[in-house]
Amino acid sequence: MKRWTLFIPFIIFVALGFFLWRGLYLNPKDVPSALVDKPFPDFNLPTLVAGESKTKADLLGKPHLLNVWGTWCISCKVEHPFLVELAQQGVSIIGINYKDENDAARKWLVDLGNPYGFSVDDEDGTLSMDLGVTGAPETFFVDAEGMIRYKHQGPITQANWAKLKPIWESLAAQPTTGEQQ
Amino acid sequence: MMTLFKRFSAALIFMVGVSQANAIVDGHEYQFNEGSRTENESRAELFQQLAEELRCPKCQNQNLADSNAMIAGDLRRELYSQVKQGKSEQDIIDFMVDRYGEFVLYRPAMNEKTMVLWYGPVALLVLALAIFAAVVFKRRRADKQVSESVESTTSEDVEIETISAEEEQRIAQLLQKVDTPSDKAEGKES
Repeated sequence: MKRWTLFIPFIIFVALGFFLWRGLYLNPKDVPSALVDKPFPDFNLPTLVAGESKTKADLLGKPHLLNVWGTWCISCKVEHPFLVELAQQGVSIIGINYKDENDAARKWLVDLGNPYGFSVDDEDGTLSMDLGVTGAPETFFVDAEGMIRYKHQGPITQANWAKLKPIWESLAAQPTTGEQQ
Repeated sequence: MMTLFKRFSAALIFMVGVSQANAIVDGHEYQFNEGSRTENESRAELFQQLAEELRCPKCQNQNLADSNAMIAGDLRRELYSQVKQGKSEQDIIDFMVDRYGEFVLYRPAMNEKTMVLWYGPVALLVLALAIFAAVVFKRRRADKQVSESVESTTSEDVEIETISAEEEQRIAQLLQKVDTPSDKAEGKES
């Protein structure tokens, strides 16, 4: 037997150890979204405040952040002030009010400010299910052609916006289609 | 009149009871009574199977049947209504994968990406058996050679004291070989 073959178990141990060590630092919650680079699903839902019905066509023409929120969601409350700030900076945010009580949700917007161009009332969670939403908040980056380009799970904060901003800017920089008003 | 009604309702219950099938998931009873008896039974079975095989996207190590998360409840309801509508297993799995990714499958589909997952363990087992067989074969052969040489010495069963002239000559030769280099070395040193 050649001398180097004695080291095979050691080599296997090191390789295995490397993978296990890497595994310690992976985030198991970091599940790739099935919907990235897919078209935003069709929907027809009333808005929360005015009650007008909105469809996917209302999203086309310019990029938006689609933010899934609910008054029952604590992280949404954390995120909310920063969304208001982003809206003031000119980021177009559309809300998806996920399985919420309408009165509580309207009150929330009055009390805390309304960063949303409009919020659709997804009371049964049908749109959210088509979006593969697993909880709130979740934010979808949708381009002018209605394609989902990125999905962010958890609150958007000053800290992680630094990373998200380039993604948003790349959407905004895309040549927009003729549907733009 | 009353008895007639009673009989009628009993018959109705009987009829429904015949074709209905139930699945019990997480302490809740799910009823399947849309189709024929066999259809309902297979639907109840499919529901039970999928509720156990689909993973809750929120709470990572639970299936839909076990999880109490809001999303798991929603997906159980969706699953129930789809199974009741008579959708096939593949239709429902596609629906879930389109939305939540392959992540939700506790029994992942067989494709290029999951090949290692499916065949890796078998390949490792075969490799391990091959190594084991090789080691055993080698050992056996070595053992055999040793035992053969042992056998040949014992079978001769000679008196070890008696050394033939030929052997004596060879011993002398060997000893000389050993002696001469050391002699030379000594000679050089001195």
